Amino acid sequence: MTSSAFPLKKEKRSVWRFLLSELKPRGKWITPFNVISIPVMLVGAAIIIIRFINGIGAVSNVNQDIPWGVWKGFNVITGVAFAGGAYILTFVVYVLKVEKFHSIVRVTVLNGFLAYVFYAGALVLDLGKPWNIFNPIIGNNFGANSVLFLVAWHFLLYIIAQAIEFSPAVAEWLNARRAHKILSGLTLGAVIFGITLSTLHQSGLGALFLMAKEKIHPLWYSEFIPLLFLMSSVFAGLSMVIFEGSISERVFADQITSENKKQRKDIILILSRVCAFSMFVYLFMQILVFAHGHRWEYINTPMGYWFLIEIFGFVVLPMLLFLLSFKRANIMLAKVAAVFTILGIILNRLNVSIIAFRWDAAVHYVPSWMEIVVAVSIIFVEIWIFRWVINRLPVLRESPSWAKNKHA
Amino acid sequence: MSINRRNFFKVLGVTGATIALGQEAQAKSASEEVTEFKAILYDSTRCVGCQTCEFSCAEAHNLPAPEDFPEVGVIRKTSEKRRTVVNAYDTSAGEVYVKRQCMHCNHPACGAACLTQAMQKTKEGPVIWREDKCMGCRYCMISCPFDVPKFEYNSPNPKITKCNMCFERQQEGKLPACVENCPGEALVFGTRRELIAEARRRIVENPDAYYPHIYGENEAGGTSFLYLSPVPFEEIGFSTTIQNASYPALTKGFLYSVPAVFVLVPSVLLGIHKATKSNLDKNNQHD
Repeated sequence: MTSSAFPLKKEKRSVWRFLLSELKPRGKWITPFNVISIPVMLVGAAIIIIRFINGIGAVSNVNQDIPWGVWKGFNVITGVAFAGGAYILTFVVYVLKVEKFHSIVRVTVLNGFLAYVFYAGALVLDLGKPWNIFNPIIGNNFGANSVLFLVAWHFLLYIIAQAIEFSPAVAEWLNARRAHKILSGLTLGAVIFGITLSTLHQSGLGALFLMAKEKIHPLWYSEFIPLLFLMSSVFAGLSMVIFEGSISERVFADQITSENKKQRKDIILILSRVCAFSMFVYLFMQILVFAHGHRWEYINTPMGYWFLIEIFGFVVLPMLLFLLSFKRANIMLAKVAAVFTILGIILNRLNVSIIAFRWDAAVHYVPSWMEIVVAVSIIFVEIWIFRWVINRLPVLRESPSWAKNKHA
Repeated sequence: MSINRRNFFKVLGVTGATIALGQEAQAKSASEEVTEFKAILYDSTRCVGCQTCEFSCAEAHNLPAPEDFPEVGVIRKTSEKRRTVVNAYDTSAGEVYVKRQCMHCNHPACGAACLTQAMQKTKEGPVIWREDKCMGCRYCMISCPFDVPKFEYNSPNPKITKCNMCFERQQEGKLPACVENCPGEALVFGTRRELIAEARRRIVENPDAYYPHIYGENEAGGTSFLYLSPVPFEEIGFSTTIQNASYPALTKGFLYSVPAVFVLVPSVLLGIHKATKSNLDKNNQHD
C-alpha cells in the first residue's frame, strides 16, 4: 500500500516542479525583438493604467462622431480576420482529412486561440464600463437582436472550441496520457463547432456596420459587407499562415524536422493557390457589388482613388503574385504576395471601420501615439506568449511517440 | 416596441391570422401598436430661438447651463454635457430656428445595436439608457443614423448621454422639461397619433406657412420627435439620406440567417467528414 502511494505523491510533486521550471525564461535575453518589445510593452502598460484612471479620452483620439478607433478597428476587426487561418486549416485537416497540412494545423490553432484571447482583451480596454462585460453573458440582459451580441458570444464560444482543439498539445506536454485520449476525442466536435462559429462571426464583424448605412462611404458600404468579410477572411487567414510560417521557420528552426521543412514548401504553394482562388472570388464579388450599386460616379473622387488603390494594389496585385508563385513554384513570390495581402486586409478593415466611416465628418480621427503603442503592445505580449508556448509544447515539434499513432 | 425575433414571429402570426380573418382587423392591430407611443411635435415656425428648452433641459438633468446662443452659420452640437441645442439657419423663408435632440425612433438603431438592452425603447415611446446594463462599447453611437448618443470620454466611469424625453418626469405624470417651459408653444406633447393628426391639420389650414412634410412621420421607420418647417428640411440641416425603412431592418437578413447556418453548416461538415472517412477506409482496404 505505502509503496504504491509513495511514487504517486512523488510524481505529483514533480509535476509542480516541472511547471515551475517551465515558467523560467529560456535562451538569450538580449535579442533585437526583446530590446524593442520590452520598452514598448512597459510604456503600453503605463498608458493602460492612465486610461483606467482618467478615461479613454485621456489617451485616445476617438471622438463623438467616430467612436471606434484602432483598438477596435485594428486589434479586433482586423486581427480576427487574420485569425481566420485556424478555421480554414482545421476544415482542411480534420474534415477533408488532407494529412499534408497536419504539421501546421497546431501552430495555426495556437495562433488563432491567442489572437482571440488578446483581441477580446483589446475590446475590454476599449469598453467604457468593462465591469459590465458579463451582462450580455449572464442574467436577463440579452440583447439578442444585436449583431454585437452574436459576435461577443461567438468570440467566447470559439475561444473555448480552440482551447479544446489545442488541448492535446498541452496533454502531451504534461505527459497526461489518459487526458490526451479524451481530449483528442473531442477534437472533431470542436472543429465542426468552431468552423460554424467562424463563418458566422467573421461575417458578423462586417454585419456590425450594416446599420451605419449613411455613415460609411458608398464605395465601402453595401448589404454584402458580411459576405465580403467572410470571403476575405479566407485569404487573410491563409496569408497570415504563410507569413507566420516563414518567420517561425527561421526563429524556431531547431524544432522543425527536415522532413517537415520539405513539406512546408509544398504546403505554401498549395496555400497560395487557395489564396489566389479565394481572392478571385472576392474580387468578383467586389465587382458585382460595385456594378450593382451603380458606383461609377464615386470613382473620380479622392475616396474613389483610395478605393482603386485598395482593390488593384492589394487584391489584384497579390492575387497575380500568388498565381505566379504557384506557376513557377517560387516560395519567395508567395511570401511577398502574403505580405501584400496582409497589408490589403489591414487597409480594407480600417477603411470600413475608421477611414471611410464618417469620411465626411468635420474632424477626422487620427490615432494618438498612445493608442498605437497600446495596439502594438497587445501584439507583442501575444508574440511573447506564443514564443513561450512554442519553446515548451509540442507545437512545431513532433509529438512524443506515445501520442503519435492515435493521431491518424 | 423593439424588434426581436419573438416580436417578428408574433407580428407574422398576427398578420397571418388577420389575413385569414379579414383586412380590417389587421389594420387596427398594426396601427394601435405603433401610434400609442408618446411623442413631441416641434413646430419651427413658432420657435423664436429663446433657448428656454436648453436651459430647462440642463436644469432637469443637472447639466451646465448653455453659454453660447444660436447663430446663423454656426452649427452647435449636442454633447455629453448638452442634450438639446437650438440652431439658427438662414433659409429661403428668412431665419429659422431648429431644436435638435434624440429623435426617439419607433425602431431605434441604438436599441437594436445594444447587446445588453441598456438602450431601450420603452413601451411609452421614449428611448432610454440604463447605466447598470451598459458596458460602454459605443456600438449605439456607430449605429445611430442621427449621431445622437454621446459618450463621456474623460470619465473613468463613463455614461452614454442623450435626451430621454424626460422619461422620469413622464413617469411622475409631468411633461418633458422642454415642453413644459416652451413659451412659444413650439413644442407639444401627446400621443404620436394625435400629434401627426395635429401636424397635418396645421399644414392643411395654413399651407403657405408650412413645407408640406412632417419630418419623423416616416424617416428611419418613424420617430417620436416630429418636425414641422416652413422650408424644405435640407435647408435647416436635416439629413436627406435618412432612409424611410427602420434601421434595425438592415441587420435582419443577417440575423435570420444565423439559425439556418447553425443547422446547415455542421451537418454539411459532418457529411463531408463521413464521406472522406469512408473513402480513406476503402483506400486502406485496397492497399
